[in-house]
Amino acid sequence: MQLHISPKDGVPIYRQIMRQVKYLVTSGGLLPGEQLPPVRKLAQQLVVNPNTVARAYRELETLGVLVSRRGAGVFVADGVNPLARHEQRKILAERLDQLLSEARQMQIGLEELIELARERDALLPNPRLPDPKNQTPQDEP
Amino acid sequence: MSVIQIEQLSRRFGAKAALDGADLTVPRGVVFGLMGENGAGKTTLIRHVLGLYRAQEGRVRVFDQDPVADPAAVLARIGYLAEERSLPQWMTVDQILAYTRAFYPAWDQAFALELCETFELDRKRTLKAMSKGQNVRVALVLALAHRPELLLLDEPSSGLDPVVRRDILQAVIRTVAEEGRTVLFSSHLLDEVEQVADHVAMIDQGQVILSEPIDRIQDEHHVFQLIFDAPPSQAPQLPGMLSCDGDGRHWTALCCRPLEELRRATTEMGARLVDPRVPSLEQVFFARRGA
Repeated sequence: MQLHISPKDGVPIYRQIMRQVKYLVTSGGLLPGEQLPPVRKLAQQLVVNPNTVARAYRELETLGVLVSRRGAGVFVADGVNPLARHEQRKILAERLDQLLSEARQMQIGLEELIELARERDALLPNPRLPDPKNQTPQDEP
Repeated sequence: MSVIQIEQLSRRFGAKAALDGADLTVPRGVVFGLMGENGAGKTTLIRHVLGLYRAQEGRVRVFDQDPVADPAAVLARIGYLAEERSLPQWMTVDQILAYTRAFYPAWDQAFALELCETFELDRKRTLKAMSKGQNVRVALVLALAHRPELLLLDEPSSGLDPVVRRDILQAVIRTVAEEGRTVLFSSHLLDEVEQVADHVAMIDQGQVILSEPIDRIQDEHHVFQLIFDAPPSQAPQLPGMLSCDGDGRHWTALCCRPLEELRRATTEMGARLVDPRVPSLEQVFFARRGA
């Protein structure tokens, strides 16, 4: 598991860890049932206080993203993570906010931006999976 | 149980008060960051812990003992990395290991050699022939090799490149992570403190102005924007406010109160609270110092 901590980020380190683990879980970088590194090992790897890692793990457990099994370690929760869709949207929303404010500064309107997104999407090599929320035949590649 | 207990410690050098009624308690098993600007009193405080200064006023206890009354007993349990590094330059690494080892009954030579290997130190070379960064690594080996219960680092990073700094911070983390020991380090690099400490004390003008677990500091302090519909006639006042800058309709405030309470107070003032964030230690420090 590769995480990157930036002390100058302005976001508390435990939240940086939480955000990145969530991202890995929602993006498939960490699979259900997969074991996470022990607190001490990750702390040494990231050069952060072990309590900071422990807090991130603890809060991720409370959210149902991770489960800890006594004596065995900490694992990604099994089954569909109830937060997954919500978290995925949140991650994308943060990226979109940046994009939108840049577009505003360049005075590129929302319609033009959406148009651009469609163009770019069509150019991506892998075919798009059908949208589970809005499944219509013309969405098929 | 606490490893260090300092009560109302004052110290004058001539007319200047280096410490002015400082209180500090360092619990066992934590990485404790002592932050403050140069000249705030950090080094003077550490020197009292080492028993190098006798308390003019107040009380110092380390492992429940007076470090001035029985320095040998206290120092045997402490590893110390001083800010000014003055190892005898004519010695080789092997020689300084042998020399330092004689002072510490608990010296672990296998561990010392392992650390030398980790830091890629050539033990046959003299300190004079080694870089500044390598000299610091040697000093770090000397501070760690007797597996001290308390590791004291005074400005460990000052004047060092990022690679050596990382080695030092890694040694700090390893000390607590693997062995449950206590580390007290002073630094004016606040992002470094934020990265490895779990407990922080802020020193300003010889006084400890805040001493708390870092996650509590992060939970209790909020920095946010205040947006008014019309410019207020005077600077806004909020509960627990430590700093407030701005003009016209836009202000930035840093407060130590629950966010819900701040939201209520802001609404009552006829303003909107926007973009609340967790302030960095640096922001808290400067706000506390100014308050």
